[in-house]
Amino acid sequence: MIVLRTIRKVWETDPRVDPNPVVYALLAIGAIAIPIWAQASTGGNGDFWISVSADAGVYILLAIGLNVVVGFAGLLDLGYAAFFAIGAYTYAFIASEHLASTPIGTAVHLPFWIALFIALFVAAAFGLVLGAPTLRLRGDYLAIVTLGFGEIVPRVFRNLSAWTHGVNGISALDKPVLPVWLSGPWSGDPLQVIQSFKIVAPTGFYVIMVLLVVGCVVLVNNLRRSRVGRAWMAVREDEVAAAAMGVNTVRIKLLAFAIGAAFSGFAGAFYGAKLSLVSPENFDFSVSITILVMIVLGGMGNIPGVIVGSILIYAITFLFLPALPPLAEDWARNLGLSGLVPPNGEWPGIGQEVQRLKFLLFGIVLVLTMLLRPQGLIPSRVRKQELTTGSPEDQTIEDVNAETTA
Amino acid sequence: MSAGEDLILKIEHVTKRFGGLVAVDDVSFDVKRGEVFALIGPNGAGKTTLFNSITGIFPPTEGQVRFEGRDIAGSKPHQAAALGIARTFQNIRLFEYMSALDNVRVGQHCRTHSKLWDSLFKTPYERHEEQAITERAMDLLRFVGIEQRAEEYARNLAYGQQRRLEIARALATRPHLLLLDEPAAGFTPQEKVELMRLVDKILAEGITVFLIEHDMKVVMGISRNIAVLDHGELIALGPPETIRTDQRVIEAYLGKGG
Repeated sequence: MIVLRTIRKVWETDPRVDPNPVVYALLAIGAIAIPIWAQASTGGNGDFWISVSADAGVYILLAIGLNVVVGFAGLLDLGYAAFFAIGAYTYAFIASEHLASTPIGTAVHLPFWIALFIALFVAAAFGLVLGAPTLRLRGDYLAIVTLGFGEIVPRVFRNLSAWTHGVNGISALDKPVLPVWLSGPWSGDPLQVIQSFKIVAPTGFYVIMVLLVVGCVVLVNNLRRSRVGRAWMAVREDEVAAAAMGVNTVRIKLLAFAIGAAFSGFAGAFYGAKLSLVSPENFDFSVSITILVMIVLGGMGNIPGVIVGSILIYAITFLFLPALPPLAEDWARNLGLSGLVPPNGEWPGIGQEVQRLKFLLFGIVLVLTMLLRPQGLIPSRVRKQELTTGSPEDQTIEDVNAETTA
Repeated sequence: MSAGEDLILKIEHVTKRFGGLVAVDDVSFDVKRGEVFALIGPNGAGKTTLFNSITGIFPPTEGQVRFEGRDIAGSKPHQAAALGIARTFQNIRLFEYMSALDNVRVGQHCRTHSKLWDSLFKTPYERHEEQAITERAMDLLRFVGIEQRAEEYARNLAYGQQRRLEIARALATRPHLLLLDEPAAGFTPQEKVELMRLVDKILAEGITVFLIEHDMKVVMGISRNIAVLDHGELIALGPPETIRTDQRVIEAYLGKGG
């Protein structure tokens, strides 16, 4: 009963209840429970689900990063996947045999942990390069320019085939290596003292991913509650006023862009290392849009909301929608409509039909969510007084006072 | 120059054109340190444009703006703020979805020095500075009398409180010169009296106040010197007594008697 009431309060954003600690706690429990549940429920063959969860973590990182740009600083970035691509390709260049087959001729194998930070800085640098000329633009204009950048980057990677192997992408990227004290059964090998320890098992990636996400959440929360975070929000609210209050708006927007890109680079390097493959089609426009949808649906500007949003959207787009066509066929059979299953003339079969319609369904879900809850699932805490102020009595009492004393 | 010592702002032949429109036409006057200086004039006279020229929002087309002896025409708004010029806006421009306290904290941006690194890792330096920022912000909210609403979104404050919050935010930049753009607009007589008291308190802090205002009671009550603009031109300059009886000013406001 109490639980139900709390949930309802949170849903209605009762200003007396701050959902964030609860959401963080649930996320932490979930992060620990997922690998255990996956292994337990499949009798030790839960690697697939753990791997999927680690992939979802990549999107959480991306969403947290884009949230800095869009949610905090209010800059609409439609080409965010470009930085993701840059991070992933950076990792591919510096942690595989690949460079040996390019005009450079020698392969570079940097350790994962160093490569991660190099990818971060390279992506941030590109964030600055893109941001410097374009951040004078506002709103829609900026969105268009970033859209262009998001289209250009994967195309460049595709067309520079001497360097990137074009459409085939770069494969056989190095696996991360953990320090000896972390090796153990969770890495897929028996516990032993070994110096360089390659992570192949999904659980290893999952653990790294959770650690990265936790670290990033802490850092971004620190930023949000700092001088820099306030300046971002000021720019989002009113750029002219922010400038008049001494905020160097161009610099602070560039910073947001670079930090957002850095997260993306981070996520990209991890993604490349886990998949051991990067190719241009992993970074197209739909990736940028998916990340944007994650933060809008989750609750723009609120980090726990963004995390929940990215988990939900990830689950829907990568798990639920692909599973839908076979599900539809099963339903049709169970309902005694098995005539719908095989293709017949114009009719492609129910599985294929659902396959064609799945993005329509996704779209409808999104539209409905935004209609019912435009502020996102878990928005920033609405301040207590929002309900009590702006009420007519408040105003009139003051006015009456003023009239009588004047 | 010894006379320059007590001048805080010197407007010299400032002209601002927007295409063919001359919004401010060759205007010159001085604002002395420690006084209340008022800029008045009918709607569209170019008062706010002049403010924008001083604060770097629209740099003047011609002329010089000297602030504490330095030519600042053409500097960016944040540079003007760093030099010590703060302002409020004619139509209130608060950070609506930030708390009143955060609004004032943002005002201290150019006076604080935490680096990105400090913010990311919450270094002791940053914690210490944040604490100082919060304390000063609360002091300023108390100064303008809205400390009890510190945690509310700026947009939820009553109109008069929003105007006060804008002043508190401007004061947070530690200005030497405070520009108030119609601070009494929409105020009740009682609120106007309170505003005049607040301006006195600001003066007592050693801050020069330069304001645009339409309400003659307020203007005549608090300002030492008044400049009158009409169609972008300076038509009168002097203490309230002379302005009150100036024929051109009366014509500008009431039209030519015929």
